[in-house]
Amino acid sequence: MTLRARIVVERPAFRLDLDLTVGRGEVVTLLGPNGAGKTTALRALAGLTPLTEGSIELDGVRIEHEPAERRPVGVVFQDYLLFPHLSALDNVAFGPRCQGRSKAEARRRAEELLDRMGLAEFSSVRPRRLSGGQAQRVALARALAVEPRLLLLDEPLAALDAHTRLEIRSELRRRLTGFDGATVLVTHDPLDAMVLADRLVVVENGAVVQEGAPTEIARRPRTDYVARLVGLNLYRGEGDGDRVTVGGLSFAAEEHVTGPAFVAFAPRAVALYRARPDGSPRNLWEGRIDGIERHGDNVRVHVDGPVAVAADVTPAAVAELDLTPGRPIWVSVKATETHAYPA
Amino acid sequence: MRSRVPWLLVVPAVLGMAFLVLPLAGLLVRAPWSTLPRRLSEPQVLEALRLSLVTASLATVICLVLGVPLAWLLARTDFPGRRLLRALVTVPLVLPPVVGGVALLLVLGRRGLVGQWLESAFGFSLPFTTAGVVVAEAFVAMPFLVIAVEGALRAADVRYEEAAATLGASRFTVFRRVTLPLVAPGVLAGGVLCWARALGEFGATITFAGNFPGRTQTMPLAVYLALETEPEAAIVLSLVLLAVSVLILVALRDRWVGAAA
Repeated sequence: MTLRARIVVERPAFRLDLDLTVGRGEVVTLLGPNGAGKTTALRALAGLTPLTEGSIELDGVRIEHEPAERRPVGVVFQDYLLFPHLSALDNVAFGPRCQGRSKAEARRRAEELLDRMGLAEFSSVRPRRLSGGQAQRVALARALAVEPRLLLLDEPLAALDAHTRLEIRSELRRRLTGFDGATVLVTHDPLDAMVLADRLVVVENGAVVQEGAPTEIARRPRTDYVARLVGLNLYRGEGDGDRVTVGGLSFAAEEHVTGPAFVAFAPRAVALYRARPDGSPRNLWEGRIDGIERHGDNVRVHVDGPVAVAADVTPAAVAELDLTPGRPIWVSVKATETHAYPA
Repeated sequence: MRSRVPWLLVVPAVLGMAFLVLPLAGLLVRAPWSTLPRRLSEPQVLEALRLSLVTASLATVICLVLGVPLAWLLARTDFPGRRLLRALVTVPLVLPPVVGGVALLLVLGRRGLVGQWLESAFGFSLPFTTAGVVVAEAFVAMPFLVIAVEGALRAADVRYEEAAATLGASRFTVFRRVTLPLVAPGVLAGGVLCWARALGEFGATITFAGNFPGRTQTMPLAVYLALETEPEAAIVLSLVLLAVSVLILVALRDRWVGAAA
């Protein structure tokens, strides 16, 4: 392991307490809602916020008592914070200069990095004149110029507009893959997290609530927050092998679970009926429509009942079934698309 | 449609404006324009002007060298008594300059707390010398600089300084390469204000440094003296100071208002 840290930061009415390990060349993403403590964790790793307790070990060396300027850490800040009075080149050369390299050497290293970022022709440009994507690459080059063992990125895509975001995201993924130290990235955007992370750490209220590979987390969320992020209906119940009981309902699922269990299914696996459907579909109950909203090309219908559920239906179905808020409705979920796993 | 402006505000406003502008207009009206070039080239006038510019500039340099670090200390560090220190620093701002002059005499005068020691150790005495003028001006003008720079520092985004720290910059390097360039407009504005205040300094200067032509007689002192003996000369000297003030105002307008608008 390259980074091994226990970060505890206490503030009035807030406590951040998380364990974090990141391997060589691994990208770990801290995902969580605003105010969860992600940025505080990043600042603590960088040495900008003191630890209340805990330790930070990087390549076997304890660094929690070192000041920020002595830690082998590079940071890409939210909004990038490029020095407005320095050219792109001097921004990147700033770190090497502070590390005691000669001016010529620092500039050479900065030129090399800007070139690698495809920004060679922008070296004399002030940050104000750079586009969001260019500024982000300069910020990354500046952070890498100090040859850090740990790279920290705080919402690296938040300052970009939706249009350029897609392209920059995959480009950033590629550049991060080329970095051989440990990388910790913070974001509140699930898509950024899924694309950029080798491993996801979901933080809520200052604590880790779930941790694992992005695909695993997308398939098996363990909190309402994560379920909402990945767009799944999630319930906690009690499994007895074949079925999982949730609030008076009994769900048949693909997997067999005994004991405390989660049940998860996608809104598009939910079907709605005006009258009780014929045959005996499993996972069937009656509810009442609570709200209707557009969701991409489809319509998302929120149904209240023994459990609250979100269903995605086509606009045609909305007209056909005459779906209006307050109307009673039958809900069914295919057992083959219902997943159960231990809580 | 614009709503009517109430008379109760307009009348005092116009009176106030007249009160501020009329005396200056009077100065222009009564100026001896025909003899102006000759009077301006009189050695006493040139001497006073030179002395004023040199001492005000030296005082500003002292204020920059001592005041910018002081402003940084007040804005960026936290230590017990910081608020008290900040209040003390601004005292010369509201203190009658004459009192400042008396205080300087008591400390730096020949028999003063520090002056006594300066005299015996170095045979060096400040009062009634050109150096004394610089000291008196710096004493009165420094708070202007400190307040302006401290304000600029507090308004500056400290996250740039954090970014510099993560790049390996020591606190002094951060100050020199990031903080100072970021607050440069504030330092410049503070320096100009400070210089203007030093240029117009009268009370502390005459009390601490006296009124010796060529040595301690700056423009404001020369104006005051001339008013008793030769009113026309006083008007000429005042015109020069007025011209300098307007120049500063124009310079600051481009720096401040231009940037803000």
